[in-house]
Amino acid sequence: MSEQNNPMLSLQEITKAFYSGTINEKIALDHLSLDLQPGDFVTVIGGNGAGKSTLLNAAAGAFPIDKGNILIDGINVTKLAEHKRAKYIGRVFQDPMTGTAANMQIEENLAIAARRGRTRTLKWSITAAERKQYRDMLAMLDLGLEDRMTAKVGLLSGGQRQALTLLMATLTQPKLLLLDEHTAALDPKTAAKVLEISDKLIEQNKLTALMVTHNMKDAIAHGNRLIMMHNGRVIFDVSGEEKRNLTVDALIEKFSQTSGEEFASDRALLSK
Amino acid sequence: MDFVLKGIAQGLIWALLALGVYLSYRILDFADLSCEGSITLGASVASILLTKNMNPVLAILIAFLAGCVAGTVTGLLHTKLKIPPILSGILTMTALFSINLHIMGSANIQLNSVPTLYTTLTSALDINKTTLSLILGTCVCLLVMAALYWFFGTELGAGIRATGINEKMCRAQGINTDTTKIIGLALSNGLIALSGAFLCQYQGYANINLGVGSIVIGLASIIIGEAIFSKVKNFFLTLGGIVVGAVLYRIVVAVVLYFDMSTDDVKIMTAAVVIVALCISRYANKFGKKSSAEKQTSDDEQKRKEKRENV
Ligand SMILES: Nc1ncnc2c1ncn2[C@@H]1O[C@H](COP(=O)(O)OP(=O)(O)O)[C@@H](O)[C@H]1O
Ligand SMILES: [Mg+2]
Repeated sequence: MSEQNNPMLSLQEITKAFYSGTINEKIALDHLSLDLQPGDFVTVIGGNGAGKSTLLNAAAGAFPIDKGNILIDGINVTKLAEHKRAKYIGRVFQDPMTGTAANMQIEENLAIAARRGRTRTLKWSITAAERKQYRDMLAMLDLGLEDRMTAKVGLLSGGQRQALTLLMATLTQPKLLLLDEHTAALDPKTAAKVLEISDKLIEQNKLTALMVTHNMKDAIAHGNRLIMMHNGRVIFDVSGEEKRNLTVDALIEKFSQTSGEEFASDRALLSK
Repeated sequence: MDFVLKGIAQGLIWALLALGVYLSYRILDFADLSCEGSITLGASVASILLTKNMNPVLAILIAFLAGCVAGTVTGLLHTKLKIPPILSGILTMTALFSINLHIMGSANIQLNSVPTLYTTLTSALDINKTTLSLILGTCVCLLVMAALYWFFGTELGAGIRATGINEKMCRAQGINTDTTKIIGLALSNGLIALSGAFLCQYQGYANINLGVGSIVIGLASIIIGEAIFSKVKNFFLTLGGIVVGAVLYRIVVAVVLYFDMSTDDVKIMTAAVVIVALCISRYANKFGKKSSAEKQTSDDEQKRKEKRENV
């Protein structure tokens, strides 16, 4: 994949403030640096307002950042518009409504995603060969969607929509996959199923991924590396053996140590 | 019966406007008020070119392109200057009033003494004007419907449809939503100008106030068409429904005028027709069990509205 030994994602001292210059100024990202190696699957935890979503949105280009540089596979994308950067990035959002076009068919949504990073031409929007490919991919999700390819996405359940969005996000083998609490709006059983699909797609496509979650167990169980955020900074970063041996209690302990704050207020948010 | 046929003939011309309004209002989810200026633009461009003895077909094509330019301006105001949709449309409409006066050189252009598409074809084919208008209107509407059906089935067209549904998803999928909106608005106003170009030739004159109230006619046609064709899933037939809606609207107007009701009553009759159409679709849905797709879509719409209100 990468030609030199570039990190797949390199965030260099990035800063983002909202409402800057007013009394409401909020520094959501504070000189944050983070490198992801190709194939890294990093889970992200942290209290409400820690800056997790802002981190992912900054990488995706949803807004310009104030300072720092963002490199994807060695390419400086700091100034690249969101829709252009989308060529390198797959995204799944917390709200199942956000990732798909409700009023369009399942196969139409997939066809739109398949053309990410390419100019949209006056060719027909979906080919017969694609339909066959999508059917096989949908069958792999094991949700019965392969027989409903011309159904409007609005008919699907939240879990089905997130699974479809995952497929759309990974269809073009992005350099970076960004998952922002993509199971938070689902019931526990569906959430587990969607997480399983996420794991499978990341592994099959050997993707580099950032996954934000509120669930510490999930954060420990998935991926090869875990980071904890607080006040717009990374306060804890573990991987490999050390990550595998983590426990929820150890994480809570770590949080109060490193952030120097009482954990009580955040306990409800960083749920076990 | 002649007055009904004339109503249908006019309806087929107004149907082009209704299709244009459908593109912006329904497909792009963009309440575009440039419409009232664009239809007059189409009429003024076509009529001034006809008085210069240009081939009527060429004059119509140029009028269409002029409409596309007007739509592009609205699109640029909205996407580049971040002006809200309604205001962008109003600004274009207002500017077009002056532009149209400049193009026409006066508030009125008579087309009695120059060959138009209608006079040329009636003498060439040796048929009366109403018959010709019915045939021509049907052909043009079918052609436009077919073109739209094809365009919105392409990669680019699918991107435009998706833009009207979920912009955030579009950007995440690499679609430049500024571009798709501009293309959609250009096409929409092009069709509206096309309607004006046919209209001035049909009635034999162009007037600076030709577009007044046209947005309401467009919306009424869409509502009537959708109410009657509410069960239809096929996009081509949905477009057909809009055409039928425009025709029905003009029939109502023709009836009002035929029974010597005052033209003042046209508007209240329009309101009555739209209300009846809405009642029919409600009634049909109640007993025909609303499909869950429709329900979901309206749920989504509800959600989006709520979100917008929260912002
Ligand atoms: N679009 C925005 N406008 C204003 N403030 C924002 C915006 N997005 C995030 N913030 C603020 O930035 C901080 C970090 O938010 P966020 O990244 O959403 O946190 P997290 O996802 O970790 O819960 C919060 O204080 C939040 O209020
Ligand atoms: Mg968040």
